[in-house]
Amino acid sequence: MRFLFKTDYNQDIRLAKHGGHTFWYSLLGLFLVVAPWALPEYWLAQLTFVLIYAVVGLGLMLLAGFTGLFSLGHAAFLGVGAYTQAIMVNAGIPFPLALACAGLLSAAVGMVVGLPALRVKGIYLGMATLAFGFIVEEVIARWEHVTGGNAGLMVQYPTLFGWALDSTDEFYFLCLVVTVLATLGIVNLMRSSTGRAFVAIRDSEISAQSMGIQLARYKTLSFALSAALAGIGGALYAHKIQFLSPEQFSIIQSIDLLLMVVIGGLGSIHGAFLGAIFLIVMPQLISLGKDFLPEAIGQAAGLQGAVYGIVLIAFVLFEPMGLYGRWLKVRTWFQLFPFYRKGLFKRQKTFQKSDRLK
Amino acid sequence: MNQDVLLSARNLSVRFGGVLAVNNVSFDVKRGEVFTLIGPNGAGKTTVFNLISRIYTPTTGTIDYAGPGGMLRLTDQAPHQIAKLGIARTFQNIELFEHATVLQNLLIGRHTHRRTGLWSEIFFTRQTRAAEIEAREKVEQVIELLDLQHHRESMVAGLPYGVRKVVELARALCTEPKLLLLDEPSSGLNVEETEDMAFWITDIKEELGITVLMVEHDMSLVSKVSDRVLAMSMGTELASGTPAQVQSDPGVIEAYLGSMDDVSSLRRENHKVSA
Repeated sequence: MRFLFKTDYNQDIRLAKHGGHTFWYSLLGLFLVVAPWALPEYWLAQLTFVLIYAVVGLGLMLLAGFTGLFSLGHAAFLGVGAYTQAIMVNAGIPFPLALACAGLLSAAVGMVVGLPALRVKGIYLGMATLAFGFIVEEVIARWEHVTGGNAGLMVQYPTLFGWALDSTDEFYFLCLVVTVLATLGIVNLMRSSTGRAFVAIRDSEISAQSMGIQLARYKTLSFALSAALAGIGGALYAHKIQFLSPEQFSIIQSIDLLLMVVIGGLGSIHGAFLGAIFLIVMPQLISLGKDFLPEAIGQAAGLQGAVYGIVLIAFVLFEPMGLYGRWLKVRTWFQLFPFYRKGLFKRQKTFQKSDRLK
Repeated sequence: MNQDVLLSARNLSVRFGGVLAVNNVSFDVKRGEVFTLIGPNGAGKTTVFNLISRIYTPTTGTIDYAGPGGMLRLTDQAPHQIAKLGIARTFQNIELFEHATVLQNLLIGRHTHRRTGLWSEIFFTRQTRAAEIEAREKVEQVIELLDLQHHRESMVAGLPYGVRKVVELARALCTEPKLLLLDEPSSGLNVEETEDMAFWITDIKEELGITVLMVEHDMSLVSKVSDRVLAMSMGTELASGTPAQVQSDPGVIEAYLGSMDDVSSLRRENHKVSA
């Protein structure tokens, strides 16, 4: 059991709250740095995908987990970022500039899509963003002389100041740097007033407003930041996958992204990463498990979708806090051993929320 | 206009469809006093609060407020600007940010005093850190005042009702208001907690110099802390004055208990006569 003796307000602001944090995050950092030498190339590529999805997940976590606005069309921002990056890099524009443009353009689109969020919420916002996702997919498919339409679009290697990042290792490091910067940015935002304003809007709009938080401004900001991160993730995705086509940014991708943050654990930054690991590792596990299943089930089309559906339902029913919530419980079990009680994480339900005033 | 007046409501009316929730109500809140709205359920007290915090717009009438730059028309302001003008409120049914700690809730109360921009927060510059420490120091003063030290790190979702009520009051104080709107501060509290609340309201008025406008049903609390009381019924004003004057007003007694005419029909003698 660890007791923190606090003597300074900086202790609550610091990123690493105690020695344990410093130790474990240093170890993780060390692993990520030596990964290209420690892991086979295939798994390094999977790790790169985890990092890319984590960036997108951070964005969606900001929107869904911290601001409470659900987007069912997040793949569209991924697509906007991916195509912007692909078209610009193919036209010979340097990688950093193209990445910035991918993020900015996605953010601009995100602000426009955020407009209905100022009026509608919950399921209605889901429908509005879903419709937007379809529109973007359709635009990508139809705008053939720019996007290549359904025939697809090849993407060149990123070049950084004349240095072509064409190997798995080099691109991995690029993704690692982007992911670390994005994570630090979001963590910093969440420990300052803007992050708290997002949380306030999620928990009670009416009192957020009476605390002086301008709902329209912060909801739009949340959409813009979320879309920017999805766009940056999309740009990296474009380089990693090297071939873009409209169906990669369909409703299925949007649902995968939402699944990622819900299973990871809404409202935690760790959740974005755990969800990304889940999203990448799960298909591998399913394909490994196929051989042990009867042929009628193992070879059936849609097995992956069914497994995802079951996992999602199981999480919603048994672990609404997601993988991160489960991890918190395991950690507490070890910290308190042998005094862990089953009801430790139970929250009392309140039945006296006032009607939300519109 | 009188220099002492902090908030002045003139001829306020609100109509929701066919319901006239507030009907031609006027009152002045003076600086440094505790002004209480009382009245039976559905009298329109909370609606008046929602008019001041700009959740509703009055159908007719105006609210003027002595803001930082002189008298201004409150009814022309956007809802999020109200806090910046120095008006904070609590809610009848507690509207805290449930999935955040008490400390975070109180820090959200400092929102109108933030000085950092988005980019300096993303990079967490030295300036942002200084601003965070400063906000924390202000919050700690409120924690000290309301004895919330034990609950600082707890999630609001796990706190008992009585403590949440205090946290909500603390959050309102963190905005450093000039006018504090308390919507039923004692509802759901036990006798001891209500006494604490009375003590704190007096403290807030006398030590912090904050003007308090509250809605309250508990008459012992009302008479203990209020300087002036306005009684409302069915959206209209009934009486105003000191707590004692209002309590002895025949109109107020009638609104709460019904008139002698209503009651007389229930008397046994009358039944005998009619039978």
